[in-house]
Amino acid sequence: MIDQQREYVLRSVEERGVRLIRLWFTDVLGNLKSLAISPAELDNALSDGMTFDGSSIDGFSRVQEADVLAIPDPDTFELLPWGDPQAPEARVFCNIHNLDGTPFQGDPRQVLRRHVKAAHDAGLTFYVAPDVEFFYFEKLEPGKPPVPIDDGGFFDLSTSAVTSELRKRTIRTLEALGIPVEYSFHEDAPGQQEIDLRHTDALTMADSVMTFRLAVREIAARNGVHATFMPKPLEGLQGSGMHLHMSLFRGDDNAFYSESDDYDLSDTAKSFMAGLLRHAGEITAVTNQTVNSYKRLVPNFEAPVHVSWARNNRSGLIRVPITKNSNPNATRIEYRSPDPACNPYLAFSLLLAAGMKGVEEGYELPDEADANLFEADDAVLDELGITQLPQSLNDALVVMEKSELVREALGEHIFEWFVRNKRSEWRAYKTQVTAFETDRYLKAL
Amino acid sequence: MADPTRMLAVVPDPPSPELARTLDLAGYSWKAVGSIGAAGEAEPDGGWAGVVIDATESVENAWSFLRTIRKHHSDPIPALVLVAGTQLDELEHRDDMFDDFCLTPFHPAELEARLRHLLTSETDVVQADLVEYGDLTLNLETYQASIGGRPLDMTYMEYELLKFLTQNPGKVFTREILLSRVWGYEYYGGARTVDVHIRRLRAKLGEEHAGLIQTVRSVGYRFGQSRWDG
Repeated sequence: MIDQQREYVLRSVEERGVRLIRLWFTDVLGNLKSLAISPAELDNALSDGMTFDGSSIDGFSRVQEADVLAIPDPDTFELLPWGDPQAPEARVFCNIHNLDGTPFQGDPRQVLRRHVKAAHDAGLTFYVAPDVEFFYFEKLEPGKPPVPIDDGGFFDLSTSAVTSELRKRTIRTLEALGIPVEYSFHEDAPGQQEIDLRHTDALTMADSVMTFRLAVREIAARNGVHATFMPKPLEGLQGSGMHLHMSLFRGDDNAFYSESDDYDLSDTAKSFMAGLLRHAGEITAVTNQTVNSYKRLVPNFEAPVHVSWARNNRSGLIRVPITKNSNPNATRIEYRSPDPACNPYLAFSLLLAAGMKGVEEGYELPDEADANLFEADDAVLDELGITQLPQSLNDALVVMEKSELVREALGEHIFEWFVRNKRSEWRAYKTQVTAFETDRYLKAL
Repeated sequence: MADPTRMLAVVPDPPSPELARTLDLAGYSWKAVGSIGAAGEAEPDGGWAGVVIDATESVENAWSFLRTIRKHHSDPIPALVLVAGTQLDELEHRDDMFDDFCLTPFHPAELEARLRHLLTSETDVVQADLVEYGDLTLNLETYQASIGGRPLDMTYMEYELLKFLTQNPGKVFTREILLSRVWGYEYYGGARTVDVHIRRLRAKLGEEHAGLIQTVRSVGYRFGQSRWDG
């Protein structure tokens, strides 16, 4: 199989006159990195990988063990639909290995592969479908606040032609890249869009999220527009989330589905949810990894604040969507805190690890919280035994650092580096004197 | 299944009774020809489906017959040679002159199985370089596909799936069959893998061609028009 795939890739490059192959991989923070090689190098890269200096990549190597190998995964070979049709370029995702061939500890894709494989060994396939929100702004002017390109609202059809044209082009591009789109519409805030992807296995989906972010930015930039996945770009308006619809399949059967349950949820689904709820705080630093992420996780903006679940209540952390005609395959859970600035490989890894922990240890699912928690006061929440998600990156790091589950799931290398890097982000942030403070205190005190 | 509408040339004339009986029982239409001249005269309109040549009596005649018949036809006629155990060294360096051989005295079931394989692989699964369906063209030699003249770029698995479907238009396949035929049995993703890849293929085919792959509710998928569609 692998030889045929290689042959297929080499032949495609030759037949399509591809001039440049971009070897893609992802650093610990979820930034897409690329090594460009010529077609002449490809055969060698496919069989032996390409050596590069990992110490130049965030979170990769320590200086004394700098060299690593990027080995392309031929199944991810795609021509890039933008750029010059006369000199096409292709991309292929890589797994990073040590020079001795073992998986490299600092590669987020390898972390997710490890978790996906563990699930497979237990006979399970993890499916993910993200609903990705983002903003379109006018070309950024240094020192000026960002200007949304339209003033449309939720599902608005009458928004500017530019917006819908951009969305249409983006969707066509995604589909050409083999990333099927389920829905797309204008979101609540001016300039805010949502594109929902069709479910696929977690590893392919993490690759797709990386490709998606690049495609959205690329197409916007070619049209003089700035696209951003910053979680909360505008104060006082909704932020951008990346709700994740998740299910587990055992062969052809949805392991989350049970005919005999009122909500169609199997015991596996309930324990998985219980795992997510119990470990939610510990994994939040990864699902919401920027200082800005926590400006989104506040009441009254459609984002979850409390660690709870409900069938159709958008204020909780987990929502169980009602499926059309109780379709067994569509039974799933929606985890609502992540934002599109996360590293999808690490986020999916931790969600799978937390959920599977619940399944393996038979965690008990707490009662549904169907009141609108945004309105509830602390006494009510206490009575219900409902905790809040971490309130800041700092809070999230404190919980994460104590978590055996996260340490084990990410591996020592990434865990240590991530905490160190994010601690320094927090320090840089908290020593600022902000406009909020000068406005409030300068005259009064 | 023998195809009674296609005629086999059988050499020499008359063939041994065992050979005649085996061919008749297996349902083949055949005609005995004693020479190249006779083969040319008796050749049916659609050409010979294949040649079964018994070389046990005269191996020289057999090779000369095969050499000529292969030279005169641009695409070689499938040929099976019957040889005795003592003649096996005759086969050496003559690989281009025949497709399969069978030892005489032969076991009827073996000859039947060999013929079935020879004639099937020549007709149904012939590795044509091009598979075409409407606007869609797949070049099996270069792995390139195009639809309406625009190149269709696919991953290897998407290409393999589309190739399988295009080669079998109008047939309905279950997910399990697609999984085993395209991915191989060792693949552990389950039938959901098929759904995901079909959805990706439809995305790449674009809106106007996505309908080439139809979902047959609670069965599986079908490519292109069914024979039963008006």
